[in-house]
Amino acid sequence: MQIRFALALIALFTGSMVFAQDLGQRPDLGADDLARVRAVTAPTTDFSRAETFETNPAGKGTTRFSPNQDAFSHFLDNLDFAQEEQFKLGNALFRKIWVSSPSSTQASDGLGPLFNARGCQSCHIKDGRGHPPFAGQAENVSMFLRLSVPPGEDDTRLALDGVVAGEVGDPVYGTQLQDFAVPGLPAEGRMVIDYTPVPVTLGDGTAVELRAPSYVVADLAYGPLADDVMLSPRIANPMIGLGLVEAIPPQDILLNADPDDVDGDGISGRANWTIDPETGAVALGRFGWKAGMASIRSQSAAAFAGDIGISTPLVDLPHGDCTERQSQCLALPTGVQPRLGASEAPDPVLDLVTFYAQTLGVPARRGVDDPQVLAGKAAFYGAGCARCHAPKFVTSRDAANPAVRFQLIWPYSDFLLHDMGEGLADHRPEGQAGGLEWRTPPLWGIGLTQTVSGHSFFLHDGRARNLTEAILWHGGEAQPSRDAFAAMSAKQREDLLVFLQSL
Amino acid sequence: MLSIGRRTLRGFALTLVLSVAPVAVQAQAPSDAGVLETYADIALAGYEDALMTAQTLDAAIDALIATPSAQTMTAAREAWKAARLPYQQTEAFRFGNPIVDEWEGRVNAWPLDEGLIDYVAAGYGTESDSNALYVANVIANADIIIDGAQVDASDITPALLQQELQEAAGVESNVATGYHAIEFLLWGQDLNGTGPGAGERPFTDYSTAEHAERRAAYLKAASTLLVSDLTEMVANWQADGAARQALPELGLSAILTGMGSLSYGELAGERMKLGLLLHDPEEEHDCFSDNTHISHAQDALGIQNVYLGRYVRVDGTVVEGPALSDLVAAKDPALDAEIQGLLADTLAKMDVMVKRAQTLEAYDQQIGEGNEEGNAVVQAAIDGLIAQTRGIERAVALLELSGVTIEDSDSLSDPDAVFE
Repeated sequence: MQIRFALALIALFTGSMVFAQDLGQRPDLGADDLARVRAVTAPTTDFSRAETFETNPAGKGTTRFSPNQDAFSHFLDNLDFAQEEQFKLGNALFRKIWVSSPSSTQASDGLGPLFNARGCQSCHIKDGRGHPPFAGQAENVSMFLRLSVPPGEDDTRLALDGVVAGEVGDPVYGTQLQDFAVPGLPAEGRMVIDYTPVPVTLGDGTAVELRAPSYVVADLAYGPLADDVMLSPRIANPMIGLGLVEAIPPQDILLNADPDDVDGDGISGRANWTIDPETGAVALGRFGWKAGMASIRSQSAAAFAGDIGISTPLVDLPHGDCTERQSQCLALPTGVQPRLGASEAPDPVLDLVTFYAQTLGVPARRGVDDPQVLAGKAAFYGAGCARCHAPKFVTSRDAANPAVRFQLIWPYSDFLLHDMGEGLADHRPEGQAGGLEWRTPPLWGIGLTQTVSGHSFFLHDGRARNLTEAILWHGGEAQPSRDAFAAMSAKQREDLLVFLQSL
Repeated sequence: MLSIGRRTLRGFALTLVLSVAPVAVQAQAPSDAGVLETYADIALAGYEDALMTAQTLDAAIDALIATPSAQTMTAAREAWKAARLPYQQTEAFRFGNPIVDEWEGRVNAWPLDEGLIDYVAAGYGTESDSNALYVANVIANADIIIDGAQVDASDITPALLQQELQEAAGVESNVATGYHAIEFLLWGQDLNGTGPGAGERPFTDYSTAEHAERRAAYLKAASTLLVSDLTEMVANWQADGAARQALPELGLSAILTGMGSLSYGELAGERMKLGLLLHDPEEEHDCFSDNTHISHAQDALGIQNVYLGRYVRVDGTVVEGPALSDLVAAKDPALDAEIQGLLADTLAKMDVMVKRAQTLEAYDQQIGEGNEEGNAVVQAAIDGLIAQTRGIERAVALLELSGVTIEDSDSLSDPDAVFE
């Protein structure tokens, strides 16, 4: 949690030497502006009133529509008309249903052969948070299982400066379980979730029942999974504000890193360095449940390939996640039409979808001046939540898109990895992230989850059925904050939840 | 009479500017309040016309249901087409007014997975993981399951459509209400691909076919809702209506945002460019009726209406008054003339597309892959819309409007504006 400890990274990553000189500095700002940024992003100590601009989580891009089901689907408020067009084209492609090859609509085929979804919106419903299947819901949407095995001698993953990108997939099933397939091909299997009740008693005697999930794969169609396979369930993340997160200078994220907890506060904060497939350079991971992706474009391309089975100029896998051991899958036709482009989703599809994901706005806060919200905010800070759920950043003045330049944003995340304890662990490393670690998820918009998505399931696998359960699942580095919450009076807990609902 | 005088003056100013460029004749500028009043009056008249034509449509639907025949079916289709004319012109009010934008999905949502509503052809497919209700076919099924919960659809009522089916399960293509749901029930699927022809639903769907009664109940429920939704929007623009009351705060930027957003992102982009990109006949706004060309052209006309402050009602009478055009002309007559020219140019290009649709090939054929001539006609209209948006942006700069969604990097870096 202190500046100097990011120095430890430098020894590991010579490719990132830029950070050695610039630690605490920013290449986009002079000394005066930097001082202003540091002052405005310092955590508040005054809970008697709302902070200036606190109603605007996305700065000038904050959206001001009614907080209804569409609240996450609006573009940044400061786009120009031409950008609005790019957003809308991207939105249409985000909603688009891809079909299997061959098809009469050749610009729209290439689905699968194995897939989890036929389109982006299938999982990112209303651009909101995914969920485990509802009771009585047969089909599984907006959640899947990641698969991998420990790397062996013949690890062929991309490596640079001590950074290894990605994971080693199951030799047969690849890096995720696809529960759908095109006609004539069996789906890989289906995820089965079993929940065990976990009773918890809070400090004031209130009883809460958590549910601990366990996962198995049923109906495996291609033989057994590897003996040492590791499963990691993932729900779809909300899409709001991603372009602003991308515009946070890495230097400012690393300010909060303290990988060896040298300051002894019990909180590490580790960067998940990865290799950007576009530049081939080491880059700071900041997207996904384990911060495994450095850019929205690479995240989008990976999702096109892994989730939908659509190749893009960035990830040239027309057969998606089919492995060499799935020969029937590899023998099926792809949707590549040379006259339309070299991949199933030729330019400008990936560009437009990326732009869409980069320009979804964040709704304005509600009730920032409400006394109960302010009391809850004080409780949030008092319990230490804000140490990882870092309230504020100022984006780079050099960001490519003017709409996300130099904005004061309020994501409530440090975008770093933390040991969250055994209870939440998936025991499946991803890049530099360990099996106990998760990226601090942003909290902006969390109070609109029920409104937008019609549920209140939280955490990486949606096991928490409300915010109280989500907080009580925090362990590891967050155990003291969790315990502080559990020890609060009912009134204080309610205040804190009301604050979260105002985000 | 006054308006003729103004127009003459602008023409005079344009001549001057063209011949002796630096000389600018300043017209008398109307007040912002006066311009906004005209704008609200046009909105009121437009929604009143949309309501009146929807009521005519509702009566035609009653006649179709009472006496199903080729004649009553055709009459209902003609009434639907007539209802589209005034409604599409009101789309210029959508993006500048949050009240309209948030309401719009109830009446004009698109595209839709029509299998939610009624039977579909085999080629439509039977499943979509993104939409569990892809072939729910409410008309044939009194019991449906939404997100795991049983929904009683034994009585098809406006409430069922609006509260249970519209955007069911959070899927935007579950469109249960509005013009396009009615369009589907009057025409059926257009199974001609990029070949000629629209949907060909037989009138017997309302007499001897299976589930005819439930189909009629659905059609009537959707029509009833269209009338009540438009009634609500008319009220919003009356003297004490919420949309009119909100205008002083929104200011002139409501007009310009509406013009620019509809021109560029919505019409040129999502409704036209996407279809050209994908060459997909499904990417057509009025895909069942093959009425897309009319819808697009009426959108462009609506944009011109709000700029010129002049709307020709369905009955031929004219609503007009002080206009945005006058405000721009008072500061920069050349720019006003240029914007007027750009708007007229777009309409001319839309007209080429409309004529082509009426005489040679429908809009969905024009966007077909390999149809270079048809593609070029659509692209020309897109180019016109984009060009007029550039003019609108210059008007925004000229009038120094803050609320319009145009920012430059300088203002973001302005020390006084920072972090807002």
